[in-house]
Amino acid sequence: MRDGTNVHHLQSSATGGQGGDGGRPDGRGGWSGAVQLGAGTEASLLIDIVFWALAVSSIVAALAVVMLRDVFRAALFLVVALLGAAGLFVLMRAEFLAVVQVLIYVGAISVLIIFAVVTTRDVEQGSPFNRLKVPALVIAGLLLASVIFVVFSTDWILLEDSVAGGQLSGAAAGEIERVYDNTIPGIAGLLITDYVLAFEIASVVLLAAVVGALAILRRR
Amino acid sequence: MGLESMLVVGAVIFFIGLYGALTKRNAIVVLMCLELMFNAVNITAVALSRYVLPRAAADSAGAIGDAARLVLTGQVFSVFIITVAAAEVALGLAIVIALFRGRETVFVTDASEMKH
Repeated sequence: MRDGTNVHHLQSSATGGQGGDGGRPDGRGGWSGAVQLGAGTEASLLIDIVFWALAVSSIVAALAVVMLRDVFRAALFLVVALLGAAGLFVLMRAEFLAVVQVLIYVGAISVLIIFAVVTTRDVEQGSPFNRLKVPALVIAGLLLASVIFVVFSTDWILLEDSVAGGQLSGAAAGEIERVYDNTIPGIAGLLITDYVLAFEIASVVLLAAVVGALAILRRR
Repeated sequence: MGLESMLVVGAVIFFIGLYGALTKRNAIVVLMCLELMFNAVNITAVALSRYVLPRAAADSAGAIGDAARLVLTGQVFSVFIITVAAAEVALGLAIVIALFRGRETVFVTDASEMKH
């Protein structure tokens, strides 16, 4: 949790260093984006509550996917987990990704999974565990503990700290703020410039997947 | 809410998915757990690009170059991950259904003719 002084810093450094479009002294509550970057106002309590609700529901739903014996219910809980992730994307100002997540994961992939579940409904046993239950739990737990340790022991260079501490100029902060105002042109620009090769390969991968799925399922 | 809490949420979901993918016998549930893992990686990538400043930009004394490249790379990665996950689940479910047609089972432990 950042305290209120950070926001103050951010505002003064950002509006002080503007060269015209660096700061945005607009009519709707001044620096709406700076509040997001600093996250130290009364709105941050609400954001925290939303974050915890989304995080807990995603994790509980993910646990339910693994623990439930009924495959159909597990598929429904997978939808809940994916929706929670979409909410987390919105909190991280990735609205385009949230929409893509709902369209592709919640809309398409979950329907595909439920279709497969219904097709294989004759299998009686549901989704039992295999013999690796205990070793897998130990391995996953150890890896999770080490990842959490690394997350908390790494000395991250945070964006908001750099803006507040003055390493980033106000013009740069305003530039970043403008990118976050509408992320779709930025993502589109990156897709057709820096990542154009990966973009083309992704379309080939999708075509290959469609052809492959049809070839596997073709009745001879 | 901040970088660390987002990363921890991503890590917890990832390892729940890993545990399920390692232990479940139903192939469809294994695929669902793979989706959970992809999803956790997406959360992590977006969180890193949202909160972390790359060291090169931090050392360059205020000149960040292209701001979109700085803050949106993680989101572009997530777009690619979602694409590959969609292709993967389509192919995986096709294989599961082909297995079910041929062998009347969806358990990965029963599909072991390539084992020996």
